[in-house]
Amino acid sequence: MSLIIENLHATLEDGTPILNGVNLEIPAGEVHAIMGPNGSGKSTLSKVISGHESYVVTAGSVTLDGVDLLELDIDQRSRAGVFLAFQYPAEVPGVSNANFIRAALQARLPKGQDIDAVAYYKNLYAKMDLLEMDRKFTARSVNEGFSGGEKKRNEILQMLMLEPKYGILDETDSGLDIDALKIVAKGVNAMRSPDRGFLLITHYQRLLDYIAPDYVHVMSAGQIVRSGGPELALELEKNGYDFLKELSPA
Amino acid sequence: MPTSLSYPALLDQPTSSSALHPQWFATAQAEAWQQFLATPAPRRNDETWRFSTISQLDFADFQRAGFHGDASAWIAQSTGVADAAATLVFVNDTLVHQSSQLPEGVICLPLADALITHPELVKEYFMRHATKLGSAKWAALHAAHLTNGVFLHVPAGVVLENPVQIFHWAHGDRTTMLPHTLIVAEKGSSVRVIETFQSTDDSSASLTIAVNDLVAQPEAQLDYVVVQALNEQSKVITINASEVEKQAKSTSFLLSTGAAWARSESISRLKGEEASSFMLAVSVPTGDQEYDQRTFQHHISAGAHSDLLYKNSLYGEARTIFSGLIFVDEGAHRTDAYQTCRNLLMTDTCEANSMPGLEINADDVKCSHGSTSAQISDEEIYYLRARGIDAPTARQLIARGFSIEVIERLGHEATEAYVLRFLDQKFASLR
Repeated sequence: MSLIIENLHATLEDGTPILNGVNLEIPAGEVHAIMGPNGSGKSTLSKVISGHESYVVTAGSVTLDGVDLLELDIDQRSRAGVFLAFQYPAEVPGVSNANFIRAALQARLPKGQDIDAVAYYKNLYAKMDLLEMDRKFTARSVNEGFSGGEKKRNEILQMLMLEPKYGILDETDSGLDIDALKIVAKGVNAMRSPDRGFLLITHYQRLLDYIAPDYVHVMSAGQIVRSGGPELALELEKNGYDFLKELSPA
Repeated sequence: MPTSLSYPALLDQPTSSSALHPQWFATAQAEAWQQFLATPAPRRNDETWRFSTISQLDFADFQRAGFHGDASAWIAQSTGVADAAATLVFVNDTLVHQSSQLPEGVICLPLADALITHPELVKEYFMRHATKLGSAKWAALHAAHLTNGVFLHVPAGVVLENPVQIFHWAHGDRTTMLPHTLIVAEKGSSVRVIETFQSTDDSSASLTIAVNDLVAQPEAQLDYVVVQALNEQSKVITINASEVEKQAKSTSFLLSTGAAWARSESISRLKGEEASSFMLAVSVPTGDQEYDQRTFQHHISAGAHSDLLYKNSLYGEARTIFSGLIFVDEGAHRTDAYQTCRNLLMTDTCEANSMPGLEINADDVKCSHGSTSAQISDEEIYYLRARGIDAPTARQLIARGFSIEVIERLGHEATEAYVLRFLDQKFASLR
């Protein structure tokens, strides 16, 4: 079981290249982190995997346990087991958080089969307790008026409820204070298992203090330019990305 | 229906009203008929009918109607909220069912009965104001022909926890309903009324001209909720007016999911300091339905508050017209008035027209109006789809959420659930 990204090229709709041949394999059970300077294509990679329609894949492949994700619609990819925790989650006025998550779970059931409401709420409350989220968030409109930290916690709640095969966290640590970061990490760590993989996209080593990665990759100009163990993140924290200049052909 | 064929045409001279009814009412009806004849039909160029489809106003082949027969099926379907304070069910303005748990002193009667038992009280409030939003001719036609409706009078200080519910069923082809709802909430009283309009089948074309007058006396609270879920062959004009006195609070809510063509006119007169009026509407027109909405927030007194929120989700080739005016009288200082119309365009072929307006003749006022028309943002759709929800379901969830924001302002769980039932029926029909 693996999420395999091979030679992935993607552009904006106007043809501007963003990803220039990304290669990455994340076997189930592993946590991989991607770090890199602003504009290196980290967030784009996560959006391209999830199917965002603002990007055009021009070459390469993304497969999940052998299934070609690029052939699937956005919602089919989610149901196939990919979960993207957004850096800037959308607000959905008038749709309560509880109904939203329930609709997402319902979408995973065969036609004619309904969610058991009692079991659903029991599960939802248990996950919210783990994330130290107040019960009032079930009735509130999705992300509307949530603080930055509340939105991130809400992303992790959705991931806990949907139990994807792969979780991709796009700068989930940005804007979080240390307490919120610990809670988010607790949520992610609770989900780590031999049959689930994670891709963490982050600017900061700090997140990796709480969610220990198996591998760290550095992205630059739309490619993975360096890979290593957890020690690579420490090195980047200390020395920054200056080494990228030496790598650059110019 | 053979029973309805025996009724005279709507536009024929009225027969004299019941001998049991008071003279003043007979006179009012006769005068209304003259007014109907004297009032010119709306024209395309009239400001109050701008963007309207004037050809919808051809009522020549509708006839007045009544009902004799077995209404049990529709009575059984007239299930509203649990624990209603009173329930009245009409078919073509004929009362077919009535039940009440109202406390003594509250008058809740079919208007035909109230005219006999409380003629002077009805007279005090009956159609006191001219209709100014364009439908004066149709209000006159309504008054000339009306046979029934509801008279609800809540004495001072009486607080009704549970809603009064009124059901109107339109039955038969080319039939007319002219229900008249008159609600008076005396000083410090509180009442909530839910009035629902439905058709007994999907294929008969009916016409409804409904007039309702709401009077909220000082410190009273009057919530009036209308659900218009007529079949999609029908036409309906609703003329709503509220009079809100000192420290009183009035809410007028309209959910529109039905009818081929619906015109709603809603005026609120704020007559006392700290009066509050909430004017709310949710519409989900689909196919080639057309909803024509005209509103007027009339600030007569200083220091009053009005807040209007209309939301339309348009599908197919549906059309909406919203024209709203906040009018602040000279001397109505410290007025606090808002008017918002928001249109959610669910297709490229629908059409939303908005004409918000302000006229301010006083100093020191806070007034704002705004109108927006937009499609669902791609980012919202993407977010829901990224959670595995397919695109049609995602769009529907968002449109439902858009409407719910208004419904939640009702602040009464059972009423909100009732309104949602009709909203969800409409959305379910789109799948």
